[in-house]
Amino acid sequence: MAIPLANAAPESVSGFKRGTLFFKPNLPRNRFNVLFNSIAGVFATTAVLPLFLVLAYVLFKGGSLLRPDLFTQLPPAPGLSGGGIGNAILGTLLVTLLASLIAIPVGVGGGIYLAEYSRKGWFAQFVRFGNDVLAGVPSIISGVFVYGAIVATRIFFNQSYSALAGGIALAVLMLPTVIKTTDEGLRLVSNDLRLGAYGVGASRFVTITRITLPAALTPIATGMVLAIARAAGETAPLIFTALFSPFWPEGVFNPIATMSVLIFNFAIMPYDAQNQLAWAASFVLVIMILLANLLARRLAARTKT
Amino acid sequence: MTGPNKAEAFTLRRRPAFEKLIDNGFRQSTILMAAMVAFVLLAIFATVFLGAREAIGTFGLKFLTTSAWDPVNERYGAFTAIYGTLVSSLLALLLAVPLGIGTAIFITEDLLPSRLRDLIGMMVELLAAIPSVVLGLWAIFVMEPAIRPALGFLHNTLGWLPFFSTVPQGPGMAPAILILVVMILPIITAISRDALNQVPIELRQGAYGIGTTRWGAIFNIILPAAISAITGGVMLALGRAMGETMAVTMIIGNALNFNLSLLAPGNTISSMLANQFGEADGIQVSALMYAALILMLLTFAVNILAQWVVRRLSLRY
Repeated sequence: MAIPLANAAPESVSGFKRGTLFFKPNLPRNRFNVLFNSIAGVFATTAVLPLFLVLAYVLFKGGSLLRPDLFTQLPPAPGLSGGGIGNAILGTLLVTLLASLIAIPVGVGGGIYLAEYSRKGWFAQFVRFGNDVLAGVPSIISGVFVYGAIVATRIFFNQSYSALAGGIALAVLMLPTVIKTTDEGLRLVSNDLRLGAYGVGASRFVTITRITLPAALTPIATGMVLAIARAAGETAPLIFTALFSPFWPEGVFNPIATMSVLIFNFAIMPYDAQNQLAWAASFVLVIMILLANLLARRLAARTKT
Repeated sequence: MTGPNKAEAFTLRRRPAFEKLIDNGFRQSTILMAAMVAFVLLAIFATVFLGAREAIGTFGLKFLTTSAWDPVNERYGAFTAIYGTLVSSLLALLLAVPLGIGTAIFITEDLLPSRLRDLIGMMVELLAAIPSVVLGLWAIFVMEPAIRPALGFLHNTLGWLPFFSTVPQGPGMAPAILILVVMILPIITAISRDALNQVPIELRQGAYGIGTTRWGAIFNIILPAAISAITGGVMLALGRAMGETMAVTMIIGNALNFNLSLLAPGNTISSMLANQFGEADGIQVSALMYAALILMLLTFAVNILAQWVVRRLSLRY
């Protein structure tokens, strides 16, 4: 029996005569297809549009206000013009640093426990579940919690609102992300590496600190950068913990200005100078966060190859 | 015969006590740090609950159904805020789900060259990185003035409906819903995209093999296979929308009295907290804590439901 060649089409296919099978664009199914192709295209365009609009406004409106004073001066009193956001930039850096100093060691430790030590016991399950719940807690609740536990009780040297309280509120938000990325990063490390380390007589501590953590460094660092970037833009937990201050930062036990709270406060003021500063602060904040995100992408790309 | 002795010299070396101490201490400290998660979570619940106790005792369950918010006479009810939270997040979800899933399909199917698809995916992810307060600023000065004519048109044509019965005058529920859509779109898109990418290629090939069209395959094969993960993502987005604070606070108008109209200023639990917590004292703090407790329980329930849905709906293929 001769096998027909690929280009020697049979006389008929499934009862259709040769030459009658072609794409009919007017069939309902094909019209339906075209319709939904375009709907999906329109939806995707609509989804991307806000990013363009927000970025364009922040970059042009904020970028046009960029001048050296912005970084070196204090915000003006209501009604006056000029001034800068120097204290808020410093404040954002300080509060985010405090949050990272708390959340990263604790989170990496917790992640190490989940990935390296935990068995299927109730404790590990509870920690995982609790981590998911904590990740879903609204950011404002973290502010309410720190207000109730730290600000209202005046636990730090009888100080109420403080940069440290703000840092703790942000740390509560960062913690679940840090734990999750550490846990997942360590799980990606091949078990052979661990067994090899045990085989040459390394203790668990040495295996983790010298072998598995360095091997998982890039995914963990990616997660940290993203968590820090997210924390730097958070406002809700800071409004009534770090509060705001029109002055330069006065240590960690006093209220402190941050860019995000400055944007919130100045956006709703009826003065043009303040609104302009809000746009300028948005520019600085968005540039910082986008740079952090691009850095994270570069790190993540390195992991894949 | 020196061999065995030599081997013994190596195998019998015990770990120094110091090394054991470090090893054990490290283990204990990681357990302690893992326990911090549980501690923080319980501390949050305890702080908010203890803070709310006074208001729970005074107002009871009537807090949920009355809408008085009167610091002078110390009468508080959170109905306006609870209604606002639920309505704004559910309506935002209604708009964001088709948009997000449509976008996810658009960037997982081969409608475009893969480089362009990756670019769209990246842009949606960057949208998620923009701080909420910046979106709020944009909403106040750019979005709300731009959409006001459209909202005015809605009022003029559908004004007989109670939902559009007021003249749009700046901040209100409708712009807040739109900004919420912008905020939850990236979550829905990212999760739907991952879910669609994980549908086995054989299912798709099988569908095309029996002669279906692209959208026949999407609606009948691919979406049903990915539905559990997508639903989970949608629920997560709902939780996020309910807790979202800054952008909504800046654009919703923070009205204290109840209004059915979507064009009028409204309020949500989180925007009420953001606005009043700093200046409140006495039982008002407690009432706000009570509202915060309700918000926590709502998001908690939604997140638990999300996990349950993912487990329940997952298809076995």
